[in-house]
Amino acid sequence: MTAAVEWLAATALGCARGGRLVFRGLDFELGAGEALALRGPNGSGKSSLLRLLAGLLPPAEGAVRWNGEDVAAAREAHRARIGWLGMQDALKPALGLAENLRFAASLRGAGPDAARRGLDAMGLGALAGVPARQLSQGQRRRAAIARVIAEDARLWLLDEPTLALDDDAAGRLGEALAAHLARGGLAVVATHVDLPVRLAGTIDFAGRP
Amino acid sequence: MSAARAVLLRDLRLAWRSPLASLTVLAFFAMAAILFPFAVGPEPQLLARIATGVVWTMALLASLLSFERLFQLDHEDGSIDLLLLSPASLEAIVLAKCLAHWLTTGLPLILAAPLAATILNLPPEALPALLLALALGTPSLSLVGAVGAALVLGARRGGVLLPLLVMPLYVPVLVFGVAAVEADMAGLDARPHLLLLGAFLSGAVPVAAIGASAALRQAGE
Repeated sequence: MTAAVEWLAATALGCARGGRLVFRGLDFELGAGEALALRGPNGSGKSSLLRLLAGLLPPAEGAVRWNGEDVAAAREAHRARIGWLGMQDALKPALGLAENLRFAASLRGAGPDAARRGLDAMGLGALAGVPARQLSQGQRRRAAIARVIAEDARLWLLDEPTLALDDDAAGRLGEALAAHLARGGLAVVATHVDLPVRLAGTIDFAGRP
Repeated sequence: MSAARAVLLRDLRLAWRSPLASLTVLAFFAMAAILFPFAVGPEPQLLARIATGVVWTMALLASLLSFERLFQLDHEDGSIDLLLLSPASLEAIVLAKCLAHWLTTGLPLILAAPLAATILNLPPEALPALLLALALGTPSLSLVGAVGAALVLGARRGGVLLPLLVMPLYVPVLVFGVAAVEADMAGLDARPHLLLLGAFLSGAVPVAAIGASAALRQAGE
């Protein structure tokens, strides 16, 4: 495996929340340009797996590896790889969309023009100056996806990205995701709907652990 | 450092756009200073005697009003995850938030202190010592409060728990803050007390950075 080709792997991964085992014995490998879908009922561990992969939550057992190296050994390098979209949109209601995105970009050392690119990709260019509190739920979700696009990370971790999105926005999300994969990026997506990209695999949490 | 600067500027901008939190702290402080003469009577000697203690106690209580929001809002809207996932050091980000907190609550309190001191008939020559003590003491309040706010993050009724958690740690600041002014009024040297306030502050910087960061990571799980 050369350094240029990146891969993410989980080995015998187990997750506990509040002393309760959510899942265990999870194995997968994801290469550059590949996407993985997470499916399953509420509370089955999809969001927890995303937090594990991001390094926000330590695994109860097993390990998350990047190019074969345990991510817990190099946390800062791992954080720099991650484009995160949680269940919440992580937008400040009082700030304009562009301000919100510029802030997120500067947290990751990205330039201010990245925000513009993200907003345009999600069709929000005309709303750049509007405070997030004045937008609909779907528009805020679009803005949150635009933020991930602007952050330009290697590994996208998306939790229900299509929440409250209309068909146009879902299409734009699909295009952005496809472009990300075409650039050799990786993505793990918890979703209830079919994504318009070719998936390397699906983990179904129904019936686990 | 650019991440920490971005957090500082964002929090200042947010405080500027929704100034209610800062104004509440100031209003509480001013109201308390105005109510005291009504409560204890308007004798100038009595007021001058208790002025320092009242100003300090009210500054402590007023600052308590603002801590619950310090991380709570970021927690509620999910932006705490962005802070946790920033490749920059979380400790620097936490200190940036503390600085923003002090600039939007501690500094206004210091600016309002001369007014409160005048209402309470503090001798004007003691004012410089009071302001200096507040300038050294209030940053410690922001730092200690940040640890408390991070610890109660995600806990139900965290707002009730928070004062119980941080109040005992405020006592040294209160004791030396008042002692500095009283020493000055008695014609003694206020320096030792001010130095102790400074020492407490220099200790609070690393403790708050490390403690609050650890608590935030815990809350992010």
